[in-house]
Amino acid sequence: MTSVERTDVLVVGSGFGGAIAAYHLAAGGADVVILERGPWLAEEEFEHDYKLGSSYTRIFDFTVGDGMNILGGNCVGGGSVVYFAAMPRAPRFIFERHGDIGRRMWPASIDRDALEPWYDRVAEALPVSTQGWEDVSYPGGLWAAACNHSGRTANPVPVAIDNDRCVQCNWMMAGCRFGAKRSLLTNYLPAAIAHGAEVRPLHEVQRISRTDDGGYRVHYDIMDGEDYRLRGDSGTIDAKIVILAAGAGATPVILQRSEPVLGPMPHAVGRYFSGNGERLVTAVMNEERVRDVLGLDRGDGTVYEAFHIGKGPCVANWDRLDGSLPEFSRYSLEQLYFPPGLGTILAQVPGGMGPVPGPSWFGLSKKEMLKRWKSWLIIFEMIEDANEGVFGPPPPSGNAVRISQQMLGRGTLRYDPKPSTLRAWAQADADAKEILERDGLAHAEAWSNDVVGAYTVHPLASCRIGDDPATSALDDRHELRGHPGIFVTDGSAVPGALTVNPAMTIAALAERAIPGIVAAARERGVEVQYGAPAPDGGTSGRLGVMNIVGRR
Amino acid sequence: MDSDGTHERTLTLEAFADTVVPGEKRFPGDVAIAGASAGGGAVAAGALTLLEWDSAGLDKALDDYVRDLNAHARQYAAEHRLSLDPTLPPFTALPFERRTELVTLVTAPGHPEKELWVLLALFCYMAYDSAAHMHTADAIAAGHPGLTSMGITPPDPDGLWRYPKNSYGRPLARLHPDTTASGSLR
Ligand SMILES: Cc1cc2nc3c(=O)[nH]c(=O)nc-3n(C[C@H](O)[C@H](O)[C@H](O)COP(=O)(O)OP(=O)(O)OC[C@H]3O[C@@H](n4cnc5c(N)ncnc54)[C@H](O)[C@@H]3O)c2cc1C
Repeated sequence: MTSVERTDVLVVGSGFGGAIAAYHLAAGGADVVILERGPWLAEEEFEHDYKLGSSYTRIFDFTVGDGMNILGGNCVGGGSVVYFAAMPRAPRFIFERHGDIGRRMWPASIDRDALEPWYDRVAEALPVSTQGWEDVSYPGGLWAAACNHSGRTANPVPVAIDNDRCVQCNWMMAGCRFGAKRSLLTNYLPAAIAHGAEVRPLHEVQRISRTDDGGYRVHYDIMDGEDYRLRGDSGTIDAKIVILAAGAGATPVILQRSEPVLGPMPHAVGRYFSGNGERLVTAVMNEERVRDVLGLDRGDGTVYEAFHIGKGPCVANWDRLDGSLPEFSRYSLEQLYFPPGLGTILAQVPGGMGPVPGPSWFGLSKKEMLKRWKSWLIIFEMIEDANEGVFGPPPPSGNAVRISQQMLGRGTLRYDPKPSTLRAWAQADADAKEILERDGLAHAEAWSNDVVGAYTVHPLASCRIGDDPATSALDDRHELRGHPGIFVTDGSAVPGALTVNPAMTIAALAERAIPGIVAAARERGVEVQYGAPAPDGGTSGRLGVMNIVGRR
Repeated sequence: MDSDGTHERTLTLEAFADTVVPGEKRFPGDVAIAGASAGGGAVAAGALTLLEWDSAGLDKALDDYVRDLNAHARQYAAEHRLSLDPTLPPFTALPFERRTELVTLVTAPGHPEKELWVLLALFCYMAYDSAAHMHTADAIAAGHPGLTSMGITPPDPDGLWRYPKNSYGRPLARLHPDTTASGSLR
């Protein structure tokens, strides 16, 4: 018989939820092990290459569902390694949302003011900074100018990017080669490791069972480093506290698979999934009109032709983030880069782009549209959806049946948008189109859900916090109802769509959850303290929250 | 029809890929490529190589795809009273507009096999828009039809892309009046 491996705290997943929790608990003195399904890549391994098997596919996971597809990170650092590092705070009205449950979705203890100090902690830790107009790449500038032309405002989006090191290569999704992106590999994770936390890549957690002493046993498979369809040995680790942070597409699946041995899960596990109301509008810009109407030029005779230059979202229109508007009519419109290979297929040929009878996502006219690729501008809508997603019975392992060696898999998520969601999308589509097409600037069309359903890089709410046990899986301390000692700190805990990019809010909620997790660990005999500085030693964020923690 | 199954399979898959991203004929009498568009399409971009690569994960399903696509084509031809050249696989024997219509039908919302056909189309597409079976820099250097047509520029000599000139560099809109020092709204 092999000896049982034990740790104080077992963290599943190394994205925002996992890395933040691991850092604070390790820094506070607990033994921490992080199990991460994906590989661990160093900066020099981030390639500029679309070939299957390069970092562009190794560190990604694309799970096809029924009506909703999820794109996420699959590596040490999770989504932070592949993300675009746009880090806005959620608008004030979000915390007052009712969704369609007829009452406030968020716990009474959380609103924007209550979360503000935790946002500040994250901003110090990563760090998050503002962008000047000189940091805004051509596509962002074009979107700003178009918004301005239609009487709207536009904001450079706060980012976790070192703007001085960024070369605007637009390969952020394959991992940042230039040390400019402040992924978790540059802050919380190295700090956690320095405090003794152990990260084990290529360990995919399958389920959790109970131990005789009131703790938990975490069961994992070792993944092949190249072909994720292959798996090797299995193992277990016992822990006093388990922190689930496998992402909103995977955390509920682990709990579903654990239900036969752990006992009944709260109703909300694997329900109320939100895609953060995400949807893309693709415009093909008319270069001449952009010059004549907006007065833009790149200084060398070129007007725009710069879709490929930049760094993900730079500029957002936030005019509709107005709390006095009714729910499901508030959204943001953010410029975004989406590379070929993943989403190009979904771009629709805009009506009015010449004689285009026939299909608009493939075929003749689509090929013509691709010729104008450098003149594309993509606008990212984030609306308030109605948490329509539901996970079916878990697949045999992981959260999907893998099709390709990397990336592509088939999951069990079903998403059937309700009229409120469809109306919100239609309104945002029309608004974006109106801005883009004014005075002949462009032809624009929204992505169709008819081809593969909706598509999100912002999965949320599949295991959410709340005050009502019927509609939330976690209490406001992120502890799984009915299963003390299991916490969820990733995007699945966020109650619903945020109308802005979610990582800042996921991270702030994880920071906020830590003092409670430390207290729970202490009750279970772990000698651990709360109060670590930021990963780089900064303390102003800590001072900001210590007051709150002390008052609890 | 050619008794060689490999030939039938290639012709059918090429005809499907050419429907997704159409291109020009490679030689006179090229039956797989309909010749509906100038320049190379998905086939010239390497769709067959990508589909047959085991890393992509569709290789074992291709025979089923070919069988089912041809069954659909036969049924479609019967419904529309089209007579097909018996020496060709039925899908390949359809004219381009008919191929396009059939692919539209099997990928339409509600079609029971929709997901499978979209998946096949996705890989044909990826061969063209990202050359997922080749190193990107090599594909550009070799004049890959998709990347070339889209205008994807070559990387710096070290294989990395950089754009030293990247910004209009001046304010282009008013900020939202509720913007705080953090860059987010109040
Ligand atoms: C292309 C792209 C761009 C994005 N851009 C932005 C942006 O600009 N701004 C923004 O706010 N957000 C952005 N996001 C979203 C952001 O990355 C996510 O919201 C965020 O990473 C979610 O954090 P998380 O902790 O919930 O999960 P993740 O960061 O996804 O971490 C979950 C981790 O768990 C691992 N895992 C999954 N299952 C298991 C298992 N069974 N066992 C062990 N490990 C497992 C995964 O591999 C992953 O590493 C983007 C996402 C993508 C894909």
